[in-house]
Amino acid sequence: MTDVPLLNVQDLSVAFTAEGATTRAVDGLSFTLGRERLGIVGESGSGKSTTGRAILGLVPRPGVVTARRLRFAGEDLLGLSRRQWTRYRGRRIAMITQDPKFSLNPVMSVEAQVTEAYRLHHGGGARAARRRALDMLDAVAIADPDKVARLYPHQLSGGMAQRVMIAAMLIAEPDLLIADEAVSALDVTVQNEVLGVLDRLVAERGMGLIFISHNLTAVASFCDRVLVMYGGRVMEDCDAGSLQAARHPYTRALLAAAPDLDHPRQTLSVVARDPAWLA
Amino acid sequence: MSGGRADPLVQVDGLSVAFRYAGGILMAVRDASIAVTPGETFGIVGESGSGKSTLLRAIAGLVRPAGGRIAIAGETVGPRRSRAQRRALQFVFQDPYGSLHPRQTVDRALREPLAIHALPDADRRIVEAMADVDLAPAFRFRYPHQLSGGQRQRVAIARALILEPKILLLDEPTSALDVSVQAEVLNLLARIRAARSLTGILVSHDLGVVAHLCRRIAVMRHGAVLEILDVEALRRGEVVHPYTRGLIAASRGYRRRREDNGAGWIK
Repeated sequence: MTDVPLLNVQDLSVAFTAEGATTRAVDGLSFTLGRERLGIVGESGSGKSTTGRAILGLVPRPGVVTARRLRFAGEDLLGLSRRQWTRYRGRRIAMITQDPKFSLNPVMSVEAQVTEAYRLHHGGGARAARRRALDMLDAVAIADPDKVARLYPHQLSGGMAQRVMIAAMLIAEPDLLIADEAVSALDVTVQNEVLGVLDRLVAERGMGLIFISHNLTAVASFCDRVLVMYGGRVMEDCDAGSLQAARHPYTRALLAAAPDLDHPRQTLSVVARDPAWLA
Repeated sequence: MSGGRADPLVQVDGLSVAFRYAGGILMAVRDASIAVTPGETFGIVGESGSGKSTLLRAIAGLVRPAGGRIAIAGETVGPRRSRAQRRALQFVFQDPYGSLHPRQTVDRALREPLAIHALPDADRRIVEAMADVDLAPAFRFRYPHQLSGGQRQRVAIARALILEPKILLLDEPTSALDVSVQAEVLNLLARIRAARSLTGILVSHDLGVVAHLCRRIAVMRHGAVLEILDVEALRRGEVVHPYTRGLIAASRGYRRRREDNGAGWIK
């Protein structure tokens, strides 16, 4: 158990071909993930979200996913049929995306959505599912679960909707969670509450977490390890705690471009991109 | 310290804004007062629902106040404004994708305000405005979908500046942008401010962004201005309100708790 990593990705590529030209959104990405918090940071177009989707087999056509190895708990994820994927997706590997309003069903109550996720993956009676759903809502720091359970998505604030979605994703108790900009749209104080929920899942249940974000501060303070992506490639792989001492010029440039409350500068550094990084 | 000496260019006294909805009345802004001196960029921070954007929109005349007073250069203004009053005060919105007409070229987006305000020499002004925001002339006849997010926001800034306003109102101008593009736009705003001695009000949820451009910062919550801080005091953490302290701590990143307060909530 301990020597097989939760997720083993070797040489993952995602290519899109349009009008004869091929774009590699992800280009030869390799990493292994244990029961830890792995951050993937990068700007738009870096391939960080496509990486998350590729792991879950959710890259839309005409995207083509290839890898030398893509193994989850020792099992091969490449070439799973649609039917076989249902054993993994949602149940063992779950994903939270940025926009909760888009991911929640607008005509289902909160309770119906969270219990559906539970009954789909665990079966069991309606009463048990309801109790579990209320516990889960409580766990994601929703103040009045009984009341919120009866609401519909349009009646929720963005922060509450995001937490409801997290509850629906986590109620199946996945082994691996891919959080794609999952807290980016939330207020900082709410962000930290939701990060606390994810943190406890990693610490107590040994869940593996891939935390995809553009926010260097959040990643540096929350994750154990960080991959910095640019142009579909990994520029740097380092401990989150030592991100400030990163060596790659791209990582350094990103850090210097962000305004910092504690280290004011007259002019912010502009990121100069070197074609050699993608050579 | 920086206020008080010169007469404020923008003065807001006891402003309230109310929104009526099916279930009652929401007080989006409650008894808010700020004073912005000429040449200053004044910051407003707060979380969603704090009323920061509504306050800015009320100053711009885009929402009708329920009470209080707004004065621009000593002159009380209401939601109905003269052309000169509107020209003096220009707005840059958060979303450059939403604020530009998808079927209008950059040229047309910049020409329209000139036509509305009947300013002569449109071509010369358009060329200059694009140069001011570092947009290459080649972009002049492109459509918004042919531009990157940063380029679109430059167009939005050029459109505001082309009327040579006294005051620039910025509502989360870099929130939709990547950090490297944000740096370019913030540098651009700093340069324009210095070159034109422009007065600005910058609204953002990002303390780092506000502290970068502003010397004085109002912290808002639940529609009220909790306190107005000097940026140095903010950096040193010399704040009055515990909410502000929490906001500063939260913006420095996630802090792992040692004690485990949720033990046993999940198997």
